[in-house]
Amino acid sequence: MTLTRWQRPNGFGLAPWQPGYSLQDDLSQLFQSFGGVFDSPLEASLEAQFPGGWLPAVDVIDGKDTVTVKAELPGMKKEDIDISLQEGVLNLSGERKSGRDEKSGGVARSERWFGRFQRSISLPYAVETRNIKASYTNGVLTIEMAKAEEVKPKQIKVEIK
Amino acid sequence: MNTLVKKNAEPAAAAQPVAVECEREYIRPVVDIYQTQDGYVLEAELPGVSKDGLSINVEGNLLTVEGRRSAPALPESEFFYRESSAADFRRVFELDPAIDAAKISARMEQGILTLTLPKVEAAKPRKIAVA
Repeated sequence: MTLTRWQRPNGFGLAPWQPGYSLQDDLSQLFQSFGGVFDSPLEASLEAQFPGGWLPAVDVIDGKDTVTVKAELPGMKKEDIDISLQEGVLNLSGERKSGRDEKSGGVARSERWFGRFQRSISLPYAVETRNIKASYTNGVLTIEMAKAEEVKPKQIKVEIK
Repeated sequence: MNTLVKKNAEPAAAAQPVAVECEREYIRPVVDIYQTQDGYVLEAELPGVSKDGLSINVEGNLLTVEGRRSAPALPESEFFYRESSAADFRRVFELDPAIDAAKISARMEQGILTLTLPKVEAAKPRKIAVA
């Protein structure tokens, strides 16, 4: 299973003349980004693939009979989230729109992401495709899937004579 | 005007990711702050935090936002894959002296905390008519 996350560096995109800009921030980001490149070449290539993209954090939880996928998607509308399952790969996509009035005044900090995102998660087990539950609370999307019968652990009793 | 957020109000932003004055580890929520006619609006992302898990405090000119995750912490062994953090959220902001701390209001919706920080009447722009 491969999942790689890319995060925009905090505060990236502030020009020196904008309020909230700090040279120290910029410099430490520069070093962090170098560190990132050396630590993970894959992330660097993802960054090139998705300039300005948004990849929300995803967890895959291995329950006894279930596989649960959670995604941190704060500030979305339920109808703007798309979920699909195809050949053992769960696809999450959607768009987060800014509720901000463009006419309002200057920006002091801009760290949040708006726009489209897409994540594909290859599930560790086969799941019952007819029984998938999804909910969205406190900005977290939770998708609960029952493991397919054939992959559930079976207990076999062996009697010792 | 530029003092709403100051570097020195955010020890967590310095070289060390763990805030100096806290014993626990927190993560720093991302925020947007913008100005309106009446003051400022601050939007913070706190996924997994409900209204009850929020604590917003103003002490002197420092505004502290803390958010506890509402879901019970799962043992690490149950995660097949994990990108989220188990830590709670915390961030400190220095307030512009023009902000009327008594009139700060907060709203929480799907993991987004929206704080409205109005300025005191005297600090708001006023149009003066010439007689």
